[in-house]
Amino acid sequence: MKPAPFDWHAPDSVAEALALKAQHGEAARFLAGGQSLVPAMNFRVSQPAVLVDLNRVGLEAIEAGTDGSLTIGAMARYVAIERHAGAAGSHPILTEALREVAHPQIRNRGTLGGNLSHADPASEMPAVMLALNARLRLRSARGMREVAAADFFVGPLTTALAADEMLEAIHLPALPARTGTAWLEIARRRGDYAMMGVAAVISRDAAGRCIGARIACCSAGPTPMAAPLAAAALVGTMLSDADLDAAAEAVRKEVAPTGSVQASPAYQRHLAGVIAQRALLMARERAA
Amino acid sequence: MTRPLQVTIRINGSDYTREVEPRLLLSDFIRHEAGLTGTHVGCEHGVCGACTIRLDGAPVRSCLVFAVQAQGHDVRTVESLGEPGSLSVLQQAFRDAHGLQCGYCTPGILMTVSAFLEENADPSEEAVRHALSGNLCRCTGYQGIVDAVLLAARRMRGA
Repeated sequence: MKPAPFDWHAPDSVAEALALKAQHGEAARFLAGGQSLVPAMNFRVSQPAVLVDLNRVGLEAIEAGTDGSLTIGAMARYVAIERHAGAAGSHPILTEALREVAHPQIRNRGTLGGNLSHADPASEMPAVMLALNARLRLRSARGMREVAAADFFVGPLTTALAADEMLEAIHLPALPARTGTAWLEIARRRGDYAMMGVAAVISRDAAGRCIGARIACCSAGPTPMAAPLAAAALVGTMLSDADLDAAAEAVRKEVAPTGSVQASPAYQRHLAGVIAQRALLMARERAA
Repeated sequence: MTRPLQVTIRINGSDYTREVEPRLLLSDFIRHEAGLTGTHVGCEHGVCGACTIRLDGAPVRSCLVFAVQAQGHDVRTVESLGEPGSLSVLQQAFRDAHGLQCGYCTPGILMTVSAFLEENADPSEEAVRHALSGNLCRCTGYQGIVDAVLLAARRMRGA
């Protein structure tokens, strides 16, 4: 057998799951879709003494708000989000980015909440959450609190979750009218980790002037990396090609890639500029 | 020490009741407890796709699910598709179009593609290649596999 021994609990409710986690603390891990945790356990890189399996607690609902917002239960599987008509309508960048997340077999099982709690800086969804200004609802037996995505990711595989807390739901605010979004990434093979990925969100007013922009990258540093200076430089412009080029150059400077066997930091930085420029062009066209 | 648990798992319509440790992977339950060795095990960390089975209809990596989690769910393996002498349309297409050489990856690919063709009756070559992206084959260079999937789709449409 590959994983080290553990005790397995599969509670039927969030309350029971939280009680178990509070009881076992750091010795216990929540098991969501298992597409990151189980490989780590098979390698024995991760050896939790207790698994609290969340697959029977619910938290799978995806709710489109009447205001254009979207609330996604932490246990919603990628495939359900990918196929959710409301999500594709209100936040099309989700569908666009999810197509690049691993492979269909992984997306059939993997969950958004599990992915975000795993907090892999090379993963797509944390960057998309930053670009969409997501609010994450955390729950423990002590109560509930909400944190912005920007405050949730604190380091590689490290989040703001306390030992007794779980991510319960993800709230995506409505995108303003005349907002265009785009996800672009470059990977060596389809489904591999991206060497660089960029989420771009651009809002314009009726005259075409940029009134808001958010840019975030994956594989670009110790956490998903926002590029606030680049985004701020776009606001107030008419989004000319030169404006986008300047923003892309700013993204190239703002990222802090650490390199991998596939790409040096310098190459990743180069990719950040190239992909950011393309993603911004796509977002501008879609912000009609 | 972890508590062994009694589980009953339905595989290809038959119930298998066994006492297992929670750390037993579904892939190992299928092979060693149920004796269904058509499901192959390759990388055991979700990359190669050899162990792909269908869980409640959806193709998933059986090496990334614990057997105890499969209780109450419907598991389908390659043995459910057909057997020698009465191959499924999909299997026959793989045979006719040289969709395999050593065959190690084939069970996982068949389970992936069987679900894909249920939702995509007339797929493009690009869509087929995308669907196959989560299954590694080290023999064929994939062309024979792509041909086999397109051939199977044509035959299923009656074209």
